[in-house]
Amino acid sequence: MNQQSSPETILAVENISLSFGVMKVLDSISFDIRRGEIRSIIGPNGAGKSSMLNVINGFYHPQEGSITFKGETRKQMAPHVAANHGIARTFQNIALFKGMSTLDNIMTGRNLKMKTNLFWQALHIGPARVEELENREAAEKIIDFLGIQAIRKKPVGKLPYGLQKRVELGRALAAEPELLLLDEPMAGMNSEEKEDMCRFVLDVNSEFGTTIALIEHDMGVVMDLSDRVLVLDYGKQLADGVPDEVRNNQDVIDAYLGVPHEH
Amino acid sequence: MLFFIEVTLSGMMAGVMYSLVALGFVLIFKASGIFNFAQGVMALFAALTLVGLMEKFNFPIWLAIIGTIVVMIALAWLIERIMLRHLVNQEPIILFMATLGLAYVLEGMGDILWGSDVKVLDLGIPQGASDWMLDSFDIYIEKLEIFAAVTAAIMVAFLAVFFQKTRIGRALRAVADDHQAALSVGISLHTIWVIVWSVAGIVALVAGIMWGSKSGVQFSLSLIALKALPVLILGGFTSVPGAIIGGLIIGVGEKIAEVYLGPFVGGAIENWFAYMLALAFLLFRPQGLFGEKIIERV
Repeated sequence: MNQQSSPETILAVENISLSFGVMKVLDSISFDIRRGEIRSIIGPNGAGKSSMLNVINGFYHPQEGSITFKGETRKQMAPHVAANHGIARTFQNIALFKGMSTLDNIMTGRNLKMKTNLFWQALHIGPARVEELENREAAEKIIDFLGIQAIRKKPVGKLPYGLQKRVELGRALAAEPELLLLDEPMAGMNSEEKEDMCRFVLDVNSEFGTTIALIEHDMGVVMDLSDRVLVLDYGKQLADGVPDEVRNNQDVIDAYLGVPHEH
Repeated sequence: MLFFIEVTLSGMMAGVMYSLVALGFVLIFKASGIFNFAQGVMALFAALTLVGLMEKFNFPIWLAIIGTIVVMIALAWLIERIMLRHLVNQEPIILFMATLGLAYVLEGMGDILWGSDVKVLDLGIPQGASDWMLDSFDIYIEKLEIFAAVTAAIMVAFLAVFFQKTRIGRALRAVADDHQAALSVGISLHTIWVIVWSVAGIVALVAGIMWGSKSGVQFSLSLIALKALPVLILGGFTSVPGAIIGGLIIGVGEKIAEVYLGPFVGGAIENWFAYMLALAFLLFRPQGLFGEKIIERV
């Protein structure tokens, strides 16, 4: 949270419009994320929050607008470009490799850090082996950080929901991302699990200096964690600013509480 | 007793042959969730190419094998380019139908390129009975079958390490589990598919060599794919060791059933035994012996 000292913009999206057929999902959205901040995106269901993350990491290709990441401007992202340049993410509906162990899931996060070719991999000797061990160490550090040593070897499909969310965060962290996209990391959690997850988000941000874009429904969490908040509603940009500004914005209050009918 | 051992052993050896084909299915199913109907034809095509290179172009054996591997990798690349790439995120049944089409295309291509006559495949793999087994234990076993069993064992050990311990192996499993999540960690689906179809192509080549050496390279080879199906149901579609053990159980089971039960029901048990066993498994253990348990959270 050091945007005062270095207000460098890591990501800027400009006039992004995305539609599926006649459905306009995002309507000319512009905002930026500064290096080192926690940036929340909030809004009612169907506001276009997840679509926005999907645009940033290249799953969705917007019809209009541009995305500037680390100074490079593109019309649209591709998933492998995003991953290669340091964007990692988690998913709203957990997308883990269910048959694989916790450790293996986190190791897949290090996919791009590992470079040995198929030849060495197939023989499983020499450089491939050394590389495997080095990356294994990095994965173990993340497992320690998240306090999930006990489930290292368990297939993640069998883990309770809260732990699955944690493993998914671990997989994203394993890539050592510069920008981490979290899609409702606390959805469906009890208050204790939520507290844990909040702490991890803050620790990741402060210890690793990772920039975080966060989608979350729990207003308490959002207002506590975020440096700045973007509010979307029906694909339109409703407000953008520090938590206090957003909280007192009349449009936001209307969108969340409904507008009283005029007589 | 000796007779029983001989029947069991010969069943195991036949089973190894089934396993080799089943292995190719497992690889592709594991990494892409596709049931590749063309696996049997791929074995045929590989064997045809090998014989063709040796006969028509007079390649020495080692060069013919390398040449065939190159052809199988090129084939994998073409399959990804022309077929899989356009079917991303489609229903499994659509992909299955596509491989059905692929089977016919490959069969036709094999026919046009190399002709449809039965060919002899002689790679210098020892033939005939193993004298040592015959002399010391009075048991009759084909040398070729021993050779096939050893080859299969080496291949399985190799694949198991590759899948469990390497980045590409993990990436293969990751792609099988969740396309989107795999993309988000920077795994390229296209590369993975080319790799896995190449490996399946090479496994098909080995299966083709073994079957071809045993009974000549002929088009009925593509039908052994059918026998691989009960093997897969037994072993589990996602398990490499399962394919091997499933193959052994089916091989041994049908031989024993044929020899000991055959006389009572008029024989020919060998033809349907595998399918009955598979049916029983579908009823009681649909994920097979070693398949990943089907976990659904509600």
